[in-house]
Amino acid sequence: MIQVENLSKIYKVSRREAGMKSAWKNLFSRQYEEVKAIQNLSFSVKKGEMVGYIGPNGAGKSSTIKILSGILTPEEGTCIINGRIPWKERKAHVKDIGVVFGQRSQLWWDVPVIDSFELLKDIYQISKEQYNNSLEELVNCLSLSTILKTPTRQLSLGQRMRCEIAASLLHNPSILFLDEPTIGLDAVSKLAVRDFIKKRNEVHKTTVILTTHDMQDIEALTSRIMLIGRGRLLLDGTLDNLKEQVGQSNNNLDEVLAALYKKYKIQ
Amino acid sequence: MKYQEKIDLNVVFPITKYITFFKIRFLTGLQYRSAALAGVVTQFAWGFLELLMFQAFYESGSGVFPMGMEQLAAYVWLQQAFLSLYMIWYWEGDIFNSIRNGDVAYELCRPISIYTMWFTKCMGSRISKAVLRCVPILFLACFLPYPFGLKVNIGKVEIIFFILSMTLALLVSVAFSMVIYMLTFFTTNQQGLQIVAASLAEFFGGAVIPIPFFPEKLQKVLNLLPFASMQNIPFRIFSGNIRGVFLYESVAMQITWVVILLLLGKYLEKKALQKICVLGG
Amino acid sequence: MKLYLKYISIHIRSMMEYKKSFFLTLIGQFFVSFHAFLGMYFMFQRFNQVKGFTYKECLFCFSIVLMAFSLAEIFFRAFDRFHIIIGNGQFDRMLVRPRGLVFQVLASQFELTRFGRLLQAIVLFVYVLITGDISWSMLRIITVILMIVGGIVVFSGIFMLYAGLCFFTLEGLEFLNIITDGAREYGKYPVSVYGRFVLKFSTYIVPFALFQYYPFLYIIGKNTNSFYCILPLVGTLFLVPCYIVWRIGVRKYVSTGS
Repeated sequence: MIQVENLSKIYKVSRREAGMKSAWKNLFSRQYEEVKAIQNLSFSVKKGEMVGYIGPNGAGKSSTIKILSGILTPEEGTCIINGRIPWKERKAHVKDIGVVFGQRSQLWWDVPVIDSFELLKDIYQISKEQYNNSLEELVNCLSLSTILKTPTRQLSLGQRMRCEIAASLLHNPSILFLDEPTIGLDAVSKLAVRDFIKKRNEVHKTTVILTTHDMQDIEALTSRIMLIGRGRLLLDGTLDNLKEQVGQSNNNLDEVLAALYKKYKIQ
Repeated sequence: MKYQEKIDLNVVFPITKYITFFKIRFLTGLQYRSAALAGVVTQFAWGFLELLMFQAFYESGSGVFPMGMEQLAAYVWLQQAFLSLYMIWYWEGDIFNSIRNGDVAYELCRPISIYTMWFTKCMGSRISKAVLRCVPILFLACFLPYPFGLKVNIGKVEIIFFILSMTLALLVSVAFSMVIYMLTFFTTNQQGLQIVAASLAEFFGGAVIPIPFFPEKLQKVLNLLPFASMQNIPFRIFSGNIRGVFLYESVAMQITWVVILLLLGKYLEKKALQKICVLGG
Repeated sequence: MKLYLKYISIHIRSMMEYKKSFFLTLIGQFFVSFHAFLGMYFMFQRFNQVKGFTYKECLFCFSIVLMAFSLAEIFFRAFDRFHIIIGNGQFDRMLVRPRGLVFQVLASQFELTRFGRLLQAIVLFVYVLITGDISWSMLRIITVILMIVGGIVVFSGIFMLYAGLCFFTLEGLEFLNIITDGAREYGKYPVSVYGRFVLKFSTYIVPFALFQYYPFLYIIGKNTNSFYCILPLVGTLFLVPCYIVWRIGVRKYVSTGS
């Protein structure tokens, strides 16, 4: 379903030091530094799998998600998703994926949520029948019926996230990318989101790739974990594999993760 | 002991923290070198087009031209060089944002006056923009052929008045925009307020056409408004269009407006803070 | 097209959430461009002509430029504010949607408040039509329409050029103001007023003169060469290099993500 081989991505970043003097210096010359966001990344994901993609900030998580969703073109390597190369056949590819950026909204701020959904229906050219079915299912599973007519700006963060997820699934994609979907949510909303994702995966066999810093998300949702650090894939296995690596299986998950980061010197 | 001294210093001179705000603003301004270069090119072209247009009118009827072409050239080049000092539409976006999204509540937690902090912030970004831009524009303008060039045609006294008046004009401009920032606490429509305020200031301040080009009756009214105390006065002093007794009159007018606008701004700040306290952020 | 109308309807509904603000902004917009007109009016109170052009003739020129600019702004504004779309990640969102990018950018904004400016352009235009002494013929009417269309295309081209350049740098694009806001402000007088260099520049580099100056001469009867009527169409070719810059920019974005 998803086949990634030897993926690499390099950025150029400009450097600047603090202070009055270097501000002047910077006025006339600028120094760049190459940062390898991803190096030789290879993995594959089967249909219906749920994968947790973890690593410290700046490890290359969002670059990977961006490449898989067709936003970025990598320097080297191949990536085939549903038989397509994302950045070469963008339109065909994105019809089959859903993306949720936890920190950004895709809903129109000032109009009722349902209006955003209606517009998405036309953007994705979803047939009326399919749209009604999807909508009904999503409204039920995410309990949206009372908030559909509310403008997005009046929703709480938890309500909004539920709507964001629904918006990404209206066209019934076979793959769902979730970039920190539970960030900033309260306990109830977190549980609701997790439950929903789990159910979605069971019923529709949707492949889910999830990035998060919340280890409870991982524990609740994914059987498989990929740990990335400094652009490299360091570990690919189950939660138990992860714990074995540190050898302290009775510690809580955050401590396990911290120990792992330390072990691989990625923080 | 030393630590103690440091704190005392801050109590005695509470101004130091505002200087820090100023410095941060100034440094951020300096970072954008290509923005500055583009600004210089834009403003130079802009000034040149304006002069070409006035030149066309001058050729069509020099008898009714209210300033000398050279005076006008000086006016236009100063206007372009110091655009960022006086233009009201150089809003500080983050001030508006912090008012709209409520972040302003955080600022209230700090032991500082919002008014003074924002005032210095505005001064800082305006001055940093102007410093980078004015030198090349003025320099280039000096070498332009007659009558488009920039020449100093005034005496020492006028120069002193010019510098004084430049400073006062900046204070008037910033104090005026502070009044607008404070008013945004009371309105839901920032954009409309911004646009109306900026366009009034622009037109009646002599940015579209200098005030001497307005009909005479209207000029008398305009001279009393705060807008005329912004760029209009220093630029016309420099070009030699305001001289003699009018120097004193104009500068006195500027001082009056600085005081009025400062008081008004402070008053609105007080009202705004009360409003926030009532709403609880 | 149907989808575009849906987008517009969403924009209008969003706007209606802030009715008061909307109307105030509309009025503000009206006044902002009004002072360009006032400046011109006061100038002509002192001088009765400029380089052989009368007040009414200049006003005609101004209304055409203003109309073209405000229409371009209403529909293509999103390109002119593209730095925001890139900055807040909206462009990433567009990339994960199965629609053309130009279309999505175009549809992402619909600047209704600019109707204030359009309204003023129309008022001025009607005023000149009623009081001016242009003798109208079929060809002249067609020429006016071509002038407006040509103007919209040239201005939209500049907006697209701006958006394309945003992919490379977000700072330093201020110089494009000369050919957007500058063209609107200074386009109120026939281009030849600014001398030979400006006329050449706006004939061969950024083709303002092709939709403003030459056809204008034909309409007021200063030049009888009917070839001048189709020059606005020639000016629309300007869109081609602008689109190319945009394409290059998009390609750069997907390879660097910044």
